[in-house]
Amino acid sequence: MLKGNFIDNLPKVYGIYTGGFLAFIIIMAIAEQMGMSAKAIGICFVAFTVAIYAIIGYLSRTAQADAYYVAGRQVPTVFNGMATAADWMSGASFVAMAGGIYFKGYGYMALLVGWTGGYVLVASLLAPYLRKFGCYTVPDFIGTRYGGNLSRLMAVIVLTVASFTYVTAQINATGTIASVALDIPFQYAVYVGLISILLCSMLGGMRGVTWTQVAQYIVLIIAYLLPVFWISNKMGAGFFPHFMLADEVARIGELEQQFGFVANSKENLAAVPKGLAGITKAHSAVNATPWAFISLALAMMMGTASLPHVMMRYFTTPSVKAARKSVGWSLFFIFLLYSSAPMLATLSKLSLIDPSLPTGIIGKSIAEVQSIDWYQNWNQANLMFVSDFNGNGTLELNEFFMGGKAVVLATPEIAGLPYVISGLVAAGGMAAAMSTADGLILAIANALSHDLYYKIIDPKAETAKRLVVARVLLVVIGFAGATIAAMEIQGILGSVIWAFDFAMSGLFFPLVLGVWWKRANREGAIAGMALGLISGAGYLIWVRNGGSGFLGITQLTFGIFGSAVSLVAMVVVSLITAEPNAATQKMVDEVRVPSGKSILGKQH
Amino acid sequence: MSKQAQHWEKTRGLLIVTLAIWFVFSIGIFLFGAEMNEVTGPFGYPLTYWFTCQGSLGIFVILIFWFANRQEKIDEEFGFSERGDD
Repeated sequence: MLKGNFIDNLPKVYGIYTGGFLAFIIIMAIAEQMGMSAKAIGICFVAFTVAIYAIIGYLSRTAQADAYYVAGRQVPTVFNGMATAADWMSGASFVAMAGGIYFKGYGYMALLVGWTGGYVLVASLLAPYLRKFGCYTVPDFIGTRYGGNLSRLMAVIVLTVASFTYVTAQINATGTIASVALDIPFQYAVYVGLISILLCSMLGGMRGVTWTQVAQYIVLIIAYLLPVFWISNKMGAGFFPHFMLADEVARIGELEQQFGFVANSKENLAAVPKGLAGITKAHSAVNATPWAFISLALAMMMGTASLPHVMMRYFTTPSVKAARKSVGWSLFFIFLLYSSAPMLATLSKLSLIDPSLPTGIIGKSIAEVQSIDWYQNWNQANLMFVSDFNGNGTLELNEFFMGGKAVVLATPEIAGLPYVISGLVAAGGMAAAMSTADGLILAIANALSHDLYYKIIDPKAETAKRLVVARVLLVVIGFAGATIAAMEIQGILGSVIWAFDFAMSGLFFPLVLGVWWKRANREGAIAGMALGLISGAGYLIWVRNGGSGFLGITQLTFGIFGSAVSLVAMVVVSLITAEPNAATQKMVDEVRVPSGKSILGKQH
Repeated sequence: MSKQAQHWEKTRGLLIVTLAIWFVFSIGIFLFGAEMNEVTGPFGYPLTYWFTCQGSLGIFVILIFWFANRQEKIDEEFGFSERGDD
């Protein structure tokens, strides 16, 4: 039922789906008017969307290796673009990005540039060539290009370290949203999130994940854009915020001048709940040194081009040509959300700090602010806090604190939008975190089942057995991730950034040079991966333990050091050892030409 | 020079142009972030701010589609294009 026929009907299928989702939002809005409780609306939104993903996951079940690993290589460019965008935009992008921009301004926006610019590297350096190669996983490319089990194993290790760091953050995010929307304790909500994630991927592997990710993209982009446009219109800031918020941005600058950034004393800050922050940085002024900005952007760009869960999405397109175009579509769909995040941050900040707006709270009396309904709600949720540090009875800019998540989660309520929008936002955040977690868990499980189990341990295993192993691994990795997520060791955003640094430390140069430098050989690649990962991780540990670091490389950009070591090691070791044999060189030549058969057969 | 070597040479040329444009809008302009922000950019936003919100991001989208089209032309020129459409 889901073969060829389904591919031809994709626009229709997802068109109906989108219409159905919009109808659901309207039904919920009507239900709200008729007195449905906020809690019931939240539960309906999350339960309804997760149920749909589970159904798609079930319909996409498969028993074929190439459907399980690469969705049968028949995903059209535009749909693969949507799936990649969902794969890419995590709970952090959805829930935390606007908050990061709100609090840190320019210094944080390096992430926007980095997380989009990386796709230029993906499109030009890697994706089309890896698609031509015909591999199932990223270590599959490393293992075949350089040869030998050790190089394959090293790639599996780097992939696992990077993706696992990333996935705990995503499961954490699904747990946070599920716990708020369903009103259950976080420790249980993590497992509810995990089961939802596994429902999408277990039966259909990459095929199931692909079609649920498209569905998740549609939910998350509606959930992000609708409130931004609505708030902008309601505030009278402009009907198309992206082109019309210059006055608002300038007004925030004026207010910042007027209020000034007053530094709080340590004792005062100790009273502020953990995780909340005040506005201490200029909104649109340049507040970071060029190197701080550029190094963070560069680390994120090279990390993007090394993260296996993104790269493997381009293995699913029908052709090399389609893989290239598909990268463009991916970035287009990502752009829709990323370019909206700064607008949301602007609207959110202005509505709170401008005393001339009815929603503005700065300059009001503390008692008045504390009696506002939405303040009480979000204060209870530990996402908002005010305190009269200077004792003048009036709320000053430096006396107002908010959690990063509140920018996305609370702004609709502050602006006076109906609760149905908050339910929609919860469903969007859930979709974003689930889709990324699915891609990551699948990337790890596929690498372990295909590269470690099938290629190294038991090369004679039959397809049925391989797919059983793949599914068991999926569940095991999911539970391991959830267990660590439940311990809440690190913040969501920090661990996401680390994942990029780990990936670029170990994989960027071995991947790129595998295509672009014929002379690169096995010894060089192994040295590059091993020394890159070790030196990157070592630098991180050093800086975390009070090391001073050098060249302004911080714990968020340690990948710059790791990848530099990786490059040097790879080039030096390659040059002092024998050049790759003729068969390998011929293979590289073939990879560079789009036409002709792929290097690895359809079933390998 | 073989057909394949010529094809690769052109491909590499395109890569260099693509990466040069990428470098300018992801790294180059941010060397002058503070100075550029004094200038008013499109839609009235401060210029550096605009680049980080929309400018660089949008340019990357266009750059990738431009790159994909150019590469297809190169592939067709040497007869290395895949048969069938996407």
